[in-house]
Amino acid sequence: MIDQLTVLLENSEGRLAKLARSIAEAGINMQALTIADTADYGVVRIICSDALGAKRALEAEGYSAMVTKVSAIQIPNRPGGLADLLEVLDDLDIPVEYGYCFSAKDDLAVDVLKIKLPAEASKATFALEGAGFKVLRQEDLA
Amino acid sequence: MGDQEDILTMPHDRIEEIQLEGIKKTVVRCYENIPFYKRSFDEAGFDPYSVRDFDDLRKAPFVTKQDLRDAYPYGMLAVPMGDVKEIHMSSGTTGVATVGAYTQHDLEAWSDCFSRGVRYAGGGPDDVMQICYGYGLFTGGLGAHYGGLASGATVIPTSAGNTERQIRILREMGTTILACTPSYAMHIADTAISMGIDPAEEFHLKAGIHGAEAFSDNFRAELERKLDYKVLDVYGLTETMGPGVAVECLEQDGLHVAEDHFFCEIIDPATGEVLPDGEWGELVITTLDREASPVVRYRTRDITRILPGACACGRTHRRIDRLHGRTDDMLIIRGVNVFPSQIENVMETFDEVSSWYQIELTTKNYLDVVTLKAEVNPDFDFDSTGAIDQLQRQIQGALKTALSVGVKVRLVEPMSIPRSTGKAKRIVDRRGENL
Repeated sequence: MIDQLTVLLENSEGRLAKLARSIAEAGINMQALTIADTADYGVVRIICSDALGAKRALEAEGYSAMVTKVSAIQIPNRPGGLADLLEVLDDLDIPVEYGYCFSAKDDLAVDVLKIKLPAEASKATFALEGAGFKVLRQEDLA
Repeated sequence: MGDQEDILTMPHDRIEEIQLEGIKKTVVRCYENIPFYKRSFDEAGFDPYSVRDFDDLRKAPFVTKQDLRDAYPYGMLAVPMGDVKEIHMSSGTTGVATVGAYTQHDLEAWSDCFSRGVRYAGGGPDDVMQICYGYGLFTGGLGAHYGGLASGATVIPTSAGNTERQIRILREMGTTILACTPSYAMHIADTAISMGIDPAEEFHLKAGIHGAEAFSDNFRAELERKLDYKVLDVYGLTETMGPGVAVECLEQDGLHVAEDHFFCEIIDPATGEVLPDGEWGELVITTLDREASPVVRYRTRDITRILPGACACGRTHRRIDRLHGRTDDMLIIRGVNVFPSQIENVMETFDEVSSWYQIELTTKNYLDVVTLKAEVNPDFDFDSTGAIDQLQRQIQGALKTALSVGVKVRLVEPMSIPRSTGKAKRIVDRRGENL
Protein backbone atom coordinates (compact mmCIF):
# COMPACT_ATOMS: atom_id res chain seq x y z
CA MET A 1 0.00 0.00 0.00
CA ILE A 2 1.20 3.49 -0.76
CA ASP A 3 0.11 6.96 0.26
CA GLN A 4 -2.09 8.97 -2.06
CA LEU A 5 -2.78 12.65 -1.58
CA THR A 6 -6.37 13.69 -2.32
CA VAL A 7 -7.32 17.34 -2.70
CA LEU A 8 -10.80 18.80 -3.06
CA LEU A 9 -10.77 21.67 -5.54
CA GLU A 10 -13.39 24.04 -6.73
CA ASN A 11 -13.88 23.59 -10.46
CA SER A 12 -12.83 27.06 -11.52
CA GLU A 13 -10.18 28.66 -13.63
CA GLY A 14 -6.62 28.52 -12.36
CA ARG A 15 -7.29 26.36 -9.30
CA LEU A 16 -5.27 23.38 -10.56
CA ALA A 17 -2.37 25.60 -11.58
CA LYS A 18 -2.39 27.15 -8.13
CA LEU A 19 -2.45 23.71 -6.50
CA ALA A 20 0.47 22.48 -8.62
CA ARG A 21 2.43 25.62 -7.71
CA SER A 22 1.71 25.14 -4.01
CA ILE A 23 2.96 21.55 -4.16
CA ALA A 24 6.05 22.65 -6.06
CA GLU A 25 6.79 25.34 -3.50
CA ALA A 26 6.66 22.70 -0.76
CA GLY A 27 9.50 20.97 -2.65
CA ILE A 28 7.39 17.93 -3.45
CA ASN A 29 7.60 16.04 -6.74
CA MET A 30 4.48 14.49 -8.24
CA GLN A 31 4.67 11.12 -9.96
CA ALA A 32 1.03 10.74 -10.97
CA LEU A 33 -2.08 12.90 -10.97
CA THR A 34 -5.66 12.15 -11.89
CA ILE A 35 -8.80 14.24 -11.63
CA ALA A 36 -12.38 13.15 -11.05
CA ASP A 37 -14.45 16.17 -11.89
CA THR A 38 -18.00 17.46 -11.93
CA ALA A 39 -19.24 20.86 -13.05
CA ASP A 40 -18.76 22.24 -9.53
CA TYR A 41 -15.69 20.62 -8.08
CA GLY A 42 -12.86 18.23 -8.76
CA VAL A 43 -11.24 15.56 -6.63
CA VAL A 44 -7.53 15.52 -7.46
CA ARG A 45 -5.62 12.36 -6.59
CA ILE A 46 -1.85 12.56 -6.52
CA ILE A 47 1.02 10.17 -5.94
CA CYS A 48 4.02 12.17 -4.78
CA SER A 49 7.32 11.97 -2.95
CA ASP A 50 5.84 13.02 0.43
CA ALA A 51 2.05 12.82 0.73
CA LEU A 52 1.92 13.71 4.43
CA GLY A 53 4.26 16.67 3.96
CA ALA A 54 2.16 17.84 1.01
CA LYS A 55 -1.04 17.52 3.07
CA ARG A 56 0.44 19.67 5.86
CA ALA A 57 1.73 22.27 3.41
CA LEU A 58 -1.58 22.45 1.56
CA GLU A 59 -3.69 22.64 4.71
CA ALA A 60 -1.61 25.56 5.90
CA GLU A 61 -2.69 27.32 2.72
CA GLY A 62 -6.35 26.52 3.30
CA TYR A 63 -6.73 23.55 0.97
CA SER A 64 -8.77 20.55 1.92
CA ALA A 65 -6.34 17.66 1.62
CA MET A 66 -6.23 14.12 2.92
CA VAL A 67 -3.94 11.10 2.67
CA THR A 68 -5.43 7.74 1.69
CA LYS A 69 -3.84 4.30 1.40
CA VAL A 70 -4.10 2.84 -2.09
CA SER A 71 -2.74 -0.31 -3.73
CA ALA A 72 -0.05 0.14 -6.39
CA ILE A 73 0.55 -2.97 -8.45
CA GLN A 74 3.23 -3.66 -11.02
CA ILE A 75 1.94 -5.37 -14.14
CA PRO A 76 3.50 -6.42 -17.45
CA ASN A 77 3.26 -3.63 -20.04
CA ARG A 78 1.43 -5.63 -22.68
CA PRO A 79 -2.15 -6.18 -23.89
CA GLY A 80 -4.16 -7.90 -21.14
CA GLY A 81 -1.88 -6.85 -18.27
CA LEU A 82 -4.64 -4.97 -16.46
CA ALA A 83 -7.27 -7.58 -17.32
CA ASP A 84 -5.17 -10.29 -15.64
CA LEU A 85 -4.88 -8.16 -12.54
CA LEU A 86 -8.57 -7.26 -12.29
CA GLU A 87 -9.66 -10.87 -12.86
CA VAL A 88 -7.81 -11.92 -9.71
CA LEU A 89 -9.82 -9.38 -7.72
CA ASP A 90 -13.05 -10.20 -9.47
CA ASP A 91 -12.66 -13.90 -8.64
CA LEU A 92 -12.46 -12.90 -4.97
CA ASP A 93 -15.45 -10.53 -5.28
CA ILE A 94 -13.33 -7.60 -4.14
CA PRO A 95 -14.84 -4.35 -5.45
CA VAL A 96 -12.53 -1.68 -6.82
CA GLU A 97 -13.64 1.87 -6.08
CA TYR A 98 -11.47 3.61 -8.61
CA GLY A 99 -8.17 3.13 -10.39
CA TYR A 100 -5.74 4.80 -12.69
CA CYS A 101 -2.43 4.19 -14.39
CA PHE A 102 0.57 5.36 -12.41
CA SER A 103 3.36 4.74 -14.93
CA ALA A 104 4.20 2.70 -17.98
CA LYS A 105 7.81 2.29 -19.02
CA ASP A 106 9.52 -0.34 -21.15
CA ASP A 107 8.01 -3.68 -20.23
CA LEU A 108 6.50 -2.70 -16.87
CA ALA A 109 3.52 -0.58 -15.87
CA VAL A 110 2.12 0.37 -12.45
CA ASP A 111 -1.60 0.70 -11.77
CA VAL A 112 -3.17 2.26 -8.70
CA LEU A 113 -6.37 0.79 -7.30
CA LYS A 114 -8.50 1.95 -4.38
CA ILE A 115 -10.10 -0.92 -2.53
CA LYS A 116 -12.42 0.59 0.00
CA LEU A 117 -12.20 -1.70 3.02
CA PRO A 118 -8.74 -2.19 4.56
CA ALA A 119 -9.49 -5.87 5.23
CA GLU A 120 -10.30 -6.43 1.57
CA ALA A 121 -7.20 -4.49 0.53
CA SER A 122 -4.96 -6.85 2.54
CA LYS A 123 -6.80 -9.84 1.11
CA ALA A 124 -6.21 -8.40 -2.37
CA THR A 125 -2.50 -7.88 -1.71
CA PHE A 126 -2.16 -11.45 -0.56
CA ALA A 127 -4.03 -12.86 -3.55
CA LEU A 128 -2.18 -10.64 -6.06
CA GLU A 129 1.21 -11.61 -4.68
CA GLY A 130 0.13 -15.24 -4.83
CA ALA A 131 -0.72 -14.72 -8.51
CA GLY A 132 2.78 -13.37 -9.17
CA PHE A 133 2.11 -9.60 -9.17
CA LYS A 134 4.41 -7.24 -7.37
CA VAL A 135 2.46 -5.03 -4.94
CA LEU A 136 4.50 -1.92 -4.27
CA ARG A 137 5.29 -0.49 -0.86
CA GLN A 138 6.00 3.11 -0.04
CA GLU A 139 9.77 2.56 -0.09
CA ASP A 140 9.57 1.09 -3.62
CA LEU A 141 8.62 4.56 -4.87
CA ALA A 142 11.72 6.30 -3.59
CA MET B 1 -25.35 47.03 42.91
CA GLY B 2 -27.86 45.94 45.57
CA ASP B 3 -30.41 48.32 44.03
CA GLN B 4 -29.78 46.72 40.67
CA GLU B 5 -30.57 43.22 41.91
CA ASP B 6 -33.72 44.62 43.56
CA ILE B 7 -34.86 45.96 40.22
CA LEU B 8 -34.16 42.65 38.53
CA THR B 9 -36.01 40.53 41.08
CA MET B 10 -38.94 42.76 42.02
CA PRO B 11 -42.43 41.20 41.81
CA HIS B 12 -43.79 41.37 38.28
CA ASP B 13 -46.85 43.42 39.23
CA ARG B 14 -44.45 46.09 40.48
CA ILE B 15 -42.65 45.99 37.10
CA GLU B 16 -46.04 46.36 35.41
CA GLU B 17 -46.76 49.50 37.45
CA ILE B 18 -43.46 50.98 36.27
CA GLN B 19 -44.30 49.99 32.70
CA LEU B 20 -47.76 51.54 32.77
CA GLU B 21 -46.35 54.79 34.15
CA GLY B 22 -43.65 54.72 31.48
CA ILE B 23 -46.14 54.08 28.68
CA LYS B 24 -48.35 56.97 29.84
CA LYS B 25 -45.38 59.34 29.88
CA THR B 26 -44.00 58.15 26.55
CA VAL B 27 -47.23 58.45 24.55
CA VAL B 28 -47.75 61.99 25.85
CA ARG B 29 -44.10 62.92 25.27
CA CYS B 30 -44.32 61.67 21.68
CA TYR B 31 -47.69 63.35 21.04
CA GLU B 32 -46.60 66.71 22.38
CA ASN B 33 -43.08 66.87 20.92
CA ILE B 34 -43.03 64.89 17.68
CA PRO B 35 -45.32 66.00 14.83
CA PHE B 36 -45.34 62.50 13.34
CA TYR B 37 -46.97 61.02 16.46
CA LYS B 38 -49.46 63.90 16.76
CA ARG B 39 -50.60 63.18 13.23
CA SER B 40 -50.60 59.38 13.46
CA PHE B 41 -52.34 59.26 16.88
CA ASP B 42 -55.00 61.71 15.69
CA GLU B 43 -55.56 59.79 12.48
CA ALA B 44 -55.96 56.53 14.41
CA GLY B 45 -58.25 58.19 16.97
CA PHE B 46 -55.83 57.29 19.77
CA ASP B 47 -56.00 59.59 22.79
CA PRO B 48 -52.63 59.60 24.58
CA TYR B 49 -54.15 61.21 27.68
CA SER B 50 -56.62 58.40 28.32
CA VAL B 51 -54.28 55.41 28.67
CA ARG B 52 -55.37 53.49 31.79
CA ASP B 53 -54.07 49.99 31.12
CA PHE B 54 -52.02 47.93 28.66
CA ASP B 55 -55.08 47.28 26.49
CA ASP B 56 -55.39 51.02 25.86
CA LEU B 57 -51.88 51.02 24.35
CA ARG B 58 -53.08 48.49 21.75
CA LYS B 59 -55.21 51.24 20.27
CA ALA B 60 -52.05 53.19 19.38
CA PRO B 61 -50.83 52.84 15.79
CA PHE B 62 -47.52 51.17 15.04
CA VAL B 63 -44.40 53.04 14.01
CA THR B 64 -42.17 51.45 11.37
CA LYS B 65 -38.58 51.76 10.25
CA GLN B 66 -39.83 53.61 7.18
CA ASP B 67 -41.52 56.21 9.43
CA LEU B 68 -38.21 56.76 11.21
CA ARG B 69 -36.36 57.04 7.89
CA ASP B 70 -38.89 59.54 6.58
CA ALA B 71 -38.18 61.67 9.65
CA TYR B 72 -34.44 61.78 8.89
CA PRO B 73 -32.49 63.51 10.31
CA TYR B 74 -34.16 65.04 13.37
CA GLY B 75 -37.91 64.60 12.81
CA MET B 76 -38.30 62.05 15.63
CA LEU B 77 -36.43 64.06 18.24
CA ALA B 78 -38.48 64.71 21.42
CA VAL B 79 -36.02 67.05 23.16
CA PRO B 80 -34.16 70.24 22.14
CA MET B 81 -30.80 69.57 20.45
CA GLY B 82 -29.09 71.16 23.43
CA ASP B 83 -30.10 68.14 25.52
CA VAL B 84 -28.77 65.58 23.01
CA LYS B 85 -25.38 64.17 24.04
CA GLU B 86 -24.81 61.56 21.37
CA ILE B 87 -26.14 60.34 18.04
CA HIS B 88 -25.99 56.88 16.53
CA MET B 89 -27.29 55.63 13.21
CA SER B 90 -28.31 52.21 12.04
CA SER B 91 -26.44 50.89 9.04
CA GLY B 92 -28.03 52.37 5.96
CA THR B 93 -27.34 49.32 3.79
CA THR B 94 -31.00 48.94 2.91
CA GLY B 95 -31.82 52.62 2.56
CA VAL B 96 -31.57 55.89 4.41
CA ALA B 97 -30.09 55.57 7.89
CA THR B 98 -32.28 55.80 10.97
CA VAL B 99 -31.12 58.11 13.72
CA GLY B 100 -31.00 57.34 17.43
CA ALA B 101 -30.36 60.26 19.79
CA TYR B 102 -29.43 60.06 23.46
CA THR B 103 -29.67 62.50 26.35
CA GLN B 104 -27.46 62.09 29.39
CA HIS B 105 -30.28 60.09 30.98
CA ASP B 106 -30.62 57.89 27.88
CA LEU B 107 -26.90 57.09 27.90
CA GLU B 108 -27.11 56.15 31.58
CA ALA B 109 -30.12 53.91 30.92
CA TRP B 110 -28.25 52.27 28.04
CA SER B 111 -25.18 51.70 30.22
CA ASP B 112 -27.46 50.19 32.86
CA CYS B 113 -29.15 47.85 30.36
CA PHE B 114 -25.97 46.49 28.78
CA SER B 115 -24.21 46.22 32.14
CA ARG B 116 -26.92 43.75 33.19
CA GLY B 117 -25.56 41.42 30.51
CA VAL B 118 -22.07 41.68 31.97
CA ARG B 119 -23.45 40.92 35.40
CA TYR B 120 -25.60 38.04 34.09
CA ALA B 121 -22.31 36.63 32.78
CA GLY B 122 -20.90 36.82 36.30
CA GLY B 123 -18.75 39.80 35.33
CA GLY B 124 -17.75 42.82 37.39
CA PRO B 125 -14.73 44.82 38.55
CA ASP B 126 -12.42 41.79 38.41
CA ASP B 127 -13.09 41.23 34.73
CA VAL B 128 -11.38 42.39 31.56
CA MET B 129 -13.84 42.92 28.74
CA GLN B 130 -12.55 43.01 25.17
CA ILE B 131 -14.97 44.75 22.84
CA CYS B 132 -14.58 43.93 19.19
CA TYR B 133 -17.89 45.21 17.99
CA GLY B 134 -17.22 48.05 15.59
CA TYR B 135 -16.95 51.42 17.34
CA GLY B 136 -18.67 54.28 15.61
CA LEU B 137 -22.20 54.94 14.44
CA PHE B 138 -23.05 51.27 14.99
CA THR B 139 -24.48 50.95 18.50
CA GLY B 140 -22.64 47.67 19.16
CA GLY B 141 -19.23 49.08 20.07
CA LEU B 142 -20.13 51.99 22.31
CA GLY B 143 -23.17 50.22 23.79
CA ALA B 144 -20.96 47.39 25.00
CA HIS B 145 -18.36 49.95 26.07
CA TYR B 146 -20.77 51.93 28.25
CA GLY B 147 -22.21 48.72 29.67
CA GLY B 148 -18.76 47.38 30.43
CA LEU B 149 -17.78 50.58 32.24
CA ALA B 150 -21.05 50.62 34.22
CA SER B 151 -20.53 47.01 35.31
CA GLY B 152 -17.16 47.95 36.80
CA ALA B 153 -15.18 45.77 34.38
CA THR B 154 -11.96 46.91 32.72
CA VAL B 155 -12.72 47.66 29.08
CA ILE B 156 -10.34 47.07 26.15
CA PRO B 157 -11.86 48.82 23.13
CA THR B 158 -10.22 46.86 20.30
CA SER B 159 -13.14 47.47 17.89
CA ALA B 160 -13.61 45.06 14.97
CA GLY B 161 -10.93 43.70 12.66
CA ASN B 162 -7.21 42.94 12.86
CA THR B 163 -7.96 39.45 14.08
CA GLU B 164 -4.37 38.50 14.85
CA ARG B 165 -4.08 41.44 17.21
CA GLN B 166 -7.40 40.48 18.84
CA ILE B 167 -5.95 37.00 19.41
CA ARG B 168 -2.75 38.41 20.88
CA ILE B 169 -4.73 40.55 23.31
CA LEU B 170 -6.99 37.64 24.22
CA ARG B 171 -3.91 35.58 25.08
CA GLU B 172 -1.79 38.20 26.72
CA MET B 173 -4.10 40.70 28.41
CA GLY B 174 -6.20 38.25 30.40
CA THR B 175 -9.51 39.03 28.70
CA THR B 176 -12.34 37.24 30.52
CA ILE B 177 -15.36 38.61 28.64
CA LEU B 178 -15.54 38.91 24.87
CA ALA B 179 -18.13 41.18 23.29
CA CYS B 180 -18.58 40.86 19.51
CA THR B 181 -20.84 39.32 16.89
CA PRO B 182 -21.10 35.52 17.12
CA SER B 183 -19.66 35.08 13.62
CA TYR B 184 -16.65 37.20 14.54
CA ALA B 185 -16.13 35.15 17.71
CA MET B 186 -16.08 32.04 15.52
CA HIS B 187 -13.67 33.72 13.14
CA ILE B 188 -11.35 34.58 16.04
CA ALA B 189 -11.52 30.98 17.29
CA ASP B 190 -10.86 29.49 13.84
CA THR B 191 -8.05 31.92 13.10
CA ALA B 192 -6.40 31.16 16.45
CA ILE B 193 -6.64 27.43 15.78
CA SER B 194 -5.15 27.84 12.31
CA MET B 195 -2.27 29.77 13.92
CA GLY B 196 -1.59 26.73 16.08
CA ILE B 197 -3.12 28.26 19.22
CA ASP B 198 -5.67 26.31 21.25
CA PRO B 199 -7.99 29.10 22.44
CA ALA B 200 -9.66 26.82 25.00
CA GLU B 201 -6.24 26.48 26.68
CA GLU B 202 -4.53 29.78 25.98
CA PHE B 203 -7.40 32.26 26.30
CA HIS B 204 -8.88 33.06 29.71
CA LEU B 205 -12.48 33.67 28.71
CA LYS B 206 -15.41 32.98 30.95
CA ALA B 207 -18.17 34.51 28.85
CA GLY B 208 -18.98 35.99 25.48
CA ILE B 209 -21.76 38.50 24.93
CA HIS B 210 -22.61 37.98 21.30
CA GLY B 211 -25.40 39.75 19.45
CA ALA B 212 -26.38 41.72 16.33
CA GLU B 213 -27.07 38.53 14.38
CA ALA B 214 -29.00 35.35 15.00
CA PHE B 215 -27.10 32.13 15.73
CA SER B 216 -28.20 28.57 16.30
CA ASP B 217 -27.79 26.39 19.36
CA ASN B 218 -25.24 24.29 17.49
CA PHE B 219 -23.25 27.38 16.57
CA ARG B 220 -23.26 28.34 20.24
CA ALA B 221 -22.14 24.85 21.27
CA GLU B 222 -19.29 24.98 18.75
CA LEU B 223 -18.18 28.39 20.03
CA GLU B 224 -18.33 27.21 23.64
CA ARG B 225 -16.29 24.13 22.78
CA LYS B 226 -13.63 26.05 20.88
CA LEU B 227 -13.26 28.92 23.35
CA ASP B 228 -14.23 27.12 26.59
CA TYR B 229 -16.61 29.82 27.85
CA LYS B 230 -20.32 30.61 28.13
CA VAL B 231 -22.03 32.36 25.23
CA LEU B 232 -24.81 34.81 26.09
CA ASP B 233 -27.08 36.28 23.45
CA VAL B 234 -27.77 40.02 23.55
CA TYR B 235 -30.53 41.81 21.69
CA GLY B 236 -31.05 45.42 20.80
CA LEU B 237 -31.54 47.84 17.98
CA THR B 238 -30.62 51.44 17.32
CA GLU B 239 -34.29 52.37 16.86
CA THR B 240 -35.06 51.64 20.51
CA MET B 241 -31.58 52.16 22.06
CA GLY B 242 -28.95 49.62 20.98
CA PRO B 243 -27.72 46.33 22.42
CA GLY B 244 -29.03 45.62 25.91
CA VAL B 245 -32.79 45.71 25.30
CA ALA B 246 -32.66 42.06 26.32
CA VAL B 247 -29.78 39.82 27.42
CA GLU B 248 -29.48 36.17 28.29
CA CYS B 249 -28.51 35.03 31.77
CA LEU B 250 -26.36 31.97 32.46
CA GLU B 251 -29.46 29.75 32.29
CA GLN B 252 -29.29 30.32 28.49
CA ASP B 253 -33.05 29.98 28.38
CA GLY B 254 -34.20 33.17 26.70
CA LEU B 255 -33.20 36.82 26.99
CA HIS B 256 -34.40 38.90 29.94
CA VAL B 257 -35.95 42.09 28.62
CA ALA B 258 -35.01 45.22 30.58
CA GLU B 259 -38.69 45.56 31.41
CA ASP B 260 -38.23 48.70 33.48
CA HIS B 261 -37.05 50.42 30.25
CA PHE B 262 -39.03 48.63 27.51
CA PHE B 263 -42.53 47.26 27.00
CA CYS B 264 -42.67 44.34 24.56
CA GLU B 265 -45.58 42.95 22.59
CA ILE B 266 -45.65 40.11 20.05
CA ILE B 267 -47.91 40.61 17.06
CA ASP B 268 -48.99 38.66 14.02
CA PRO B 269 -46.95 40.44 11.30
CA ALA B 270 -49.76 39.99 8.78
CA THR B 271 -52.70 41.29 10.83
CA GLY B 272 -51.08 43.37 13.58
CA GLU B 273 -53.07 41.45 16.22
CA VAL B 274 -51.33 41.02 19.58
CA LEU B 275 -50.50 37.36 20.20
CA PRO B 276 -50.55 35.59 23.57
CA ASP B 277 -47.32 34.67 25.42
CA GLY B 278 -45.59 31.67 23.92
CA GLU B 279 -46.64 32.34 20.34
CA TRP B 280 -44.10 33.33 17.71
CA GLY B 281 -44.56 36.65 15.97
CA GLU B 282 -43.04 40.06 15.40
CA LEU B 283 -41.60 41.89 18.39
CA VAL B 284 -43.04 45.37 18.98
CA ILE B 285 -41.32 47.68 21.46
CA THR B 286 -42.44 50.78 23.34
CA THR B 287 -39.74 52.68 25.21
CA LEU B 288 -40.63 53.63 28.78
CA ASP B 289 -38.09 56.28 29.77
CA ARG B 290 -36.27 57.21 26.59
CA GLU B 291 -36.05 61.01 26.36
CA ALA B 292 -34.46 61.92 23.02
CA SER B 293 -35.76 59.17 20.70
CA PRO B 294 -38.83 57.58 22.27
CA VAL B 295 -40.87 55.11 20.22
CA VAL B 296 -44.44 53.90 20.66
CA ARG B 297 -45.14 50.41 19.32
CA TYR B 298 -42.07 50.17 17.08
CA ARG B 299 -42.27 47.19 14.73
CA THR B 300 -38.84 45.58 14.99
CA ARG B 301 -39.46 42.99 12.21
CA ASP B 302 -37.67 40.52 14.48
CA ILE B 303 -39.41 37.19 14.98
CA THR B 304 -39.46 35.89 18.55
CA ARG B 305 -41.94 35.04 21.31
CA ILE B 306 -42.39 35.89 24.96
CA LEU B 307 -41.37 32.89 27.02
CA PRO B 308 -44.09 32.01 29.49
CA GLY B 309 -43.13 31.21 33.07
CA ALA B 310 -40.32 32.24 35.38
CA CYS B 311 -36.59 31.88 34.73
CA ALA B 312 -34.62 29.50 36.94
CA CYS B 313 -32.20 32.34 37.77
CA GLY B 314 -34.87 34.03 39.89
CA ARG B 315 -34.95 37.31 37.99
CA THR B 316 -38.49 38.42 37.31
CA HIS B 317 -38.08 40.35 34.07
CA ARG B 318 -39.81 38.40 31.34
CA ARG B 319 -37.80 36.75 28.59
CA ILE B 320 -38.02 36.75 24.84
CA ASP B 321 -36.86 33.66 22.97
CA ARG B 322 -33.76 33.76 20.81
CA LEU B 323 -34.52 35.43 17.51
CA HIS B 324 -36.00 33.26 14.84
CA GLY B 325 -35.18 35.49 11.88
CA ARG B 326 -36.68 38.71 10.60
CA THR B 327 -39.93 39.35 8.87
CA ASP B 328 -37.94 41.01 6.09
CA ASP B 329 -35.37 38.16 5.91
CA MET B 330 -38.23 35.88 5.13
CA LEU B 331 -37.55 34.62 1.63
CA ILE B 332 -40.40 34.00 -0.71
CA ILE B 333 -39.14 31.24 -2.97
CA ARG B 334 -41.54 30.12 -5.67
CA GLY B 335 -44.32 31.46 -3.49
CA VAL B 336 -43.24 29.54 -0.37
CA ASN B 337 -42.21 31.42 2.79
CA VAL B 338 -38.78 30.33 3.96
CA PHE B 339 -36.91 31.56 7.05
CA PRO B 340 -33.13 31.24 7.02
CA SER B 341 -33.37 29.67 10.49
CA GLN B 342 -35.22 26.71 8.95
CA ILE B 343 -32.27 26.14 6.65
CA GLU B 344 -29.87 26.49 9.57
CA ASN B 345 -31.80 23.85 11.54
CA VAL B 346 -31.36 21.38 8.69
CA MET B 347 -27.68 22.16 8.19
CA GLU B 348 -27.00 21.57 11.88
CA THR B 349 -27.94 17.92 11.52
CA PHE B 350 -25.06 17.27 9.09
CA ASP B 351 -21.75 16.78 10.86
CA GLU B 352 -19.96 16.56 7.52
CA VAL B 353 -20.37 20.28 6.83
CA SER B 354 -19.23 23.29 8.82
CA SER B 355 -21.53 25.97 10.17
CA TRP B 356 -20.57 28.31 7.33
CA TYR B 357 -22.97 28.27 4.49
CA GLN B 358 -24.35 30.74 2.00
CA ILE B 359 -27.60 30.82 0.10
CA GLU B 360 -27.68 32.29 -3.38
CA LEU B 361 -30.93 33.13 -5.11
CA THR B 362 -30.98 33.42 -8.88
CA THR B 363 -33.56 33.26 -11.62
CA LYS B 364 -33.61 30.74 -14.43
CA ASN B 365 -36.41 30.58 -16.99
CA TYR B 366 -38.43 32.97 -14.76
CA LEU B 367 -38.18 30.54 -11.84
CA ASP B 368 -36.36 31.11 -8.57
CA VAL B 369 -33.32 28.90 -8.17
CA VAL B 370 -31.85 28.43 -4.69
CA THR B 371 -28.27 27.29 -4.40
CA LEU B 372 -26.83 26.55 -1.00
CA LYS B 373 -23.07 26.51 -0.70
CA ALA B 374 -21.76 24.64 2.33
CA GLU B 375 -18.19 23.93 3.33
CA VAL B 376 -17.23 20.32 3.94
CA ASN B 377 -15.39 19.70 7.17
CA PRO B 378 -11.67 19.02 6.77
CA ASP B 379 -12.07 15.48 8.15
CA PHE B 380 -14.82 14.48 5.72
CA ASP B 381 -13.72 11.49 3.60
CA PHE B 382 -14.17 12.99 0.14
CA ASP B 383 -11.75 10.48 -1.44
CA SER B 384 -14.48 7.85 -1.65
CA THR B 385 -16.11 7.83 -5.07
CA GLY B 386 -19.41 9.65 -5.05
CA ALA B 387 -19.09 10.66 -1.39
CA ILE B 388 -19.63 14.32 -2.19
CA ASP B 389 -22.52 13.66 -4.55
CA GLN B 390 -24.15 11.43 -1.98
CA LEU B 391 -23.83 14.02 0.78
CA GLN B 392 -25.18 16.70 -1.54
CA ARG B 393 -28.19 14.53 -2.31
CA GLN B 394 -28.79 13.83 1.40
CA ILE B 395 -28.73 17.52 2.27
CA GLN B 396 -30.96 18.35 -0.70
CA GLY B 397 -33.46 15.73 0.44
CA ALA B 398 -33.51 17.02 4.01
CA LEU B 399 -33.97 20.63 2.84
CA LYS B 400 -36.77 19.65 0.49
CA THR B 401 -38.58 17.92 3.35
CA ALA B 402 -38.13 20.86 5.72
CA LEU B 403 -38.84 23.73 3.33
CA SER B 404 -41.10 22.24 0.67
CA VAL B 405 -38.81 23.94 -1.83
CA GLY B 406 -36.08 22.36 -3.91
CA VAL B 407 -32.60 23.65 -3.09
CA LYS B 408 -29.49 22.85 -5.08
CA VAL B 409 -26.64 22.04 -2.71
CA ARG B 410 -23.03 22.69 -3.65
CA LEU B 411 -20.32 21.48 -1.32
CA VAL B 412 -17.23 23.65 -1.38
CA GLU B 413 -13.76 23.62 0.11
CA PRO B 414 -13.27 24.47 3.79
CA MET B 415 -12.70 28.19 4.41
CA SER B 416 -13.88 29.17 0.91
CA ILE B 417 -17.00 31.09 1.98
CA PRO B 418 -15.97 34.62 2.99
CA ARG B 419 -15.77 35.28 6.73
CA SER B 420 -17.04 38.61 7.86
CA THR B 421 -15.96 40.80 10.70
CA GLY B 422 -19.47 42.20 10.94
CA LYS B 423 -22.70 40.44 10.19
CA ALA B 424 -22.53 37.08 8.39
CA LYS B 425 -23.72 37.40 4.83
CA ARG B 426 -25.81 34.28 4.64
CA ILE B 427 -28.03 35.25 1.76
CA VAL B 428 -27.08 36.62 -1.62
CA ASP B 429 -30.18 37.53 -3.58
CA ARG B 430 -29.29 37.90 -7.25
CA ARG B 431 -32.80 37.53 -8.55
CA GLY B 432 -33.50 40.29 -11.01
CA GLU B 433 -29.85 40.57 -12.04
CA ASN B 434 -29.08 39.70 -15.63
CA LEU B 435 -27.02 36.57 -15.35
